[in-house]
Amino acid sequence: MITIYERPQSLTANTMHYCPGCTHGIIHRLVAEVIDELDLREDTVGVCPVGCSVLAYNYFNLDMQQAAHGRAPAVATGIKRVHPAKVVFAYQGDGDLASIGAAEIVHAAARGEKISVIFVNNAIYGMTGGQMAPTTLIGQETTTSPNGRDAAVQGYPIRVAEMLATLEGSAYISRVSVHNNVNVIKAKAAIKKAFQTQLEGKGFSLVEILSTCPTNWGLTPLEAAKWLENNMIPYYPLGEFKAAKEVGS
Amino acid sequence: MLEEVVLAGFGGQGVMSMGQLLAYAGMLEDKHVAWIPSYGPEMRGGTANCSVTISTEPISSPIITEPGTAIVLNKPSLDKFAPLVKPGGILLINSSLIDPGYFRPGIKIFEIPANDLALEMGNTRVANMVLLGAFIELTSAVSIDSVIESLKKVLPEYRHNLIPLNRAALEKGQQIAQNQ
Amino acid sequence: MAKVLMKGNEALGEAAVRAGCRFFFGYPITPQSELPHYLAQRLPEVGGLFLQAESEVAAINMVYGAAGAGARVMTSSSSVGISLKMEGISYIAGAELPCVIVNVVRGGPGLGGIQPAQSDYFQAVKGGGHGDYHLLVLAPASVQEMVDLMAKAFDLADKYRNPVMVLADGILGQMMEPVEFPAEILQELPAKPWATDGARGRGPNLINSLYLEPEKLEEHNHRLFEKYRQMQEQETMAENYHTDDAEVVVAAYGSTARIAKAAVDMARKEGIKAGLFRPVTLYPFPTEEINQACAKAKQVLAVEMSMGQMIEDVKLSLNCRLPVSFYGRVGGMVPSTRAVYNEISALAQKGGEQA
Repeated sequence: MITIYERPQSLTANTMHYCPGCTHGIIHRLVAEVIDELDLREDTVGVCPVGCSVLAYNYFNLDMQQAAHGRAPAVATGIKRVHPAKVVFAYQGDGDLASIGAAEIVHAAARGEKISVIFVNNAIYGMTGGQMAPTTLIGQETTTSPNGRDAAVQGYPIRVAEMLATLEGSAYISRVSVHNNVNVIKAKAAIKKAFQTQLEGKGFSLVEILSTCPTNWGLTPLEAAKWLENNMIPYYPLGEFKAAKEVGS
Repeated sequence: MLEEVVLAGFGGQGVMSMGQLLAYAGMLEDKHVAWIPSYGPEMRGGTANCSVTISTEPISSPIITEPGTAIVLNKPSLDKFAPLVKPGGILLINSSLIDPGYFRPGIKIFEIPANDLALEMGNTRVANMVLLGAFIELTSAVSIDSVIESLKKVLPEYRHNLIPLNRAALEKGQQIAQNQ
Repeated sequence: MAKVLMKGNEALGEAAVRAGCRFFFGYPITPQSELPHYLAQRLPEVGGLFLQAESEVAAINMVYGAAGAGARVMTSSSSVGISLKMEGISYIAGAELPCVIVNVVRGGPGLGGIQPAQSDYFQAVKGGGHGDYHLLVLAPASVQEMVDLMAKAFDLADKYRNPVMVLADGILGQMMEPVEFPAEILQELPAKPWATDGARGRGPNLINSLYLEPEKLEEHNHRLFEKYRQMQEQETMAENYHTDDAEVVVAAYGSTARIAKAAVDMARKEGIKAGLFRPVTLYPFPTEEINQACAKAKQVLAVEMSMGQMIEDVKLSLNCRLPVSFYGRVGGMVPSTRAVYNEISALAQKGGEQA
């Protein structure tokens, strides 16, 4: 019998708590597969945020630190500076990274901190009950923008990848999506490139991953995937915004 | 032996370094010493000042509110610190920059034209040393040799050529104080 | 090693280096700047890292990461900045990470001033951030003690896996006194098998303060408080000065204790039986020690550069057995020796009467 699919070494056997149709599970798996493929399981330290993925340490079979809301890049900086030869990644949602943690992510990128950030953008606060996120689209209804996000009142959603790509310290910045198989495969390649960028000491790397939140969007998983494609991708275009030459080649 | 001295002037007159040098010299003589720059409301109002304590006993408080000696290099410092000198204490006035004639009963007042004397020696920057020399003569808090020894440690090698001038300034101050 | 004349803030830096600290994360604020300035130069010389963070909030979280990764690490700030760090400090206490935090206290509240104060006592000893926790708080009163306590701070942090705060003020930070450092730079640090440095040949380690199950969180809190009980048993430190026969005992810490000491000298010269009790550990507070120091006391006087914070621990420790009076200056105003002496003198005349 040939094994064609199994749990990556870098994931634990724990059952994930994520909602049906949520893509956190897929993203966890992609990160774990990349760590396995690069043979880094015993050389990696992960940092989990506050938000839906606060319990990510239950799922990654790695040394992990749990960070305060928004501070994962600072915590990751502390770890990486102590252990420059280890691989350090932070796993963050959009509220954590682009709202309360905006200063930490910008400065980690500006310093060229040799960490990799997995940035899960689902345009909403999941864990606290579907509130408006800094990435919530104009017109999108949330529990704190019940009539749809109004630019005149709540301003505009932030394009994190584009913003961080302007900084000298960032070495690899890309935006991918996990709403269908083709994009899942591309997302994995981007995550791998981010880790390789770190391994090669090029600088800061971040992969923004467009993700669904069927529960708080009030859609079925399939509708949610469709909504992402029709609404998020036009505002948050996919692609590489910055890549150091020769990485992973 | 306990010497509690406040040194005050405006920035650039070498008040802080004079105080540090004095503390350093005391340390070299194995005395207990402390140096504190201006703190509290005294930081305001046109003066830079520091306090130095030199003692043969452990120093209870390095924070001096009633100095045994005040060395004042400019007028605002005179106004601020002359009234604080404890009865029987010493007030050293830089009379090159402060009009003569200040009087307070019960303290010993010395007027030293420190800037003029320093200028005669070719460098006004050693005015602080003239005053320090006078202080040493009046209190024997430390020896001139210890101050010179401290200078050797505090000054970078390439500045050691300034040591003879500093010694001359210290001795000039000593001499003036002797004669008053 | 020969004595050197050094500013308190710089002495703290050198002492940290000699205690094996190799990582500093901080953000500029007056009046503690000489410490980061010193370490920015010194740490790279010994292969360490000085990193200026984008904020106090980031700095304390870098400390969290580095401490969790097993490093000897510290930060320093002053009042306003310590308040910003409090969230991270609560996490560090919750995750049981060792680190040293220096607070060179300035007057408050709000932006306050930049002059010396002791108005952060409550914040330091009661925890300061959210949740049930305590820092171990050390209060030096001389530059030499800043050096000695800095080394002790790192050892205690490791021993209890607990953040340790060194509470100073602008006077201690700026003043110069002769100091002697330990000759050897400490190289070997205690093993930290719990640290996250890559799960090589072992199961994963986790640095965490999240316990969603109430039973687990209660258990965690009990474990933390068992540590604090042990600290109370083993780590309290205090200085007694002429307390053996003292009828008036002054309780003061830090630079205020130096002023109080001079006031006690003045009182003794006048024939008043005065003494000084100086807590060195503010948390755990030296409860037994103050009771011993007050064995003959009829009056106790707390002197602080605050509106009266430590006095609460003094009263609690003495359990209302003795009248406790207060004298304080605030906002950067410093008590004068004579003013403290006058208070002592008035209390001496009162004798055993209630204040």
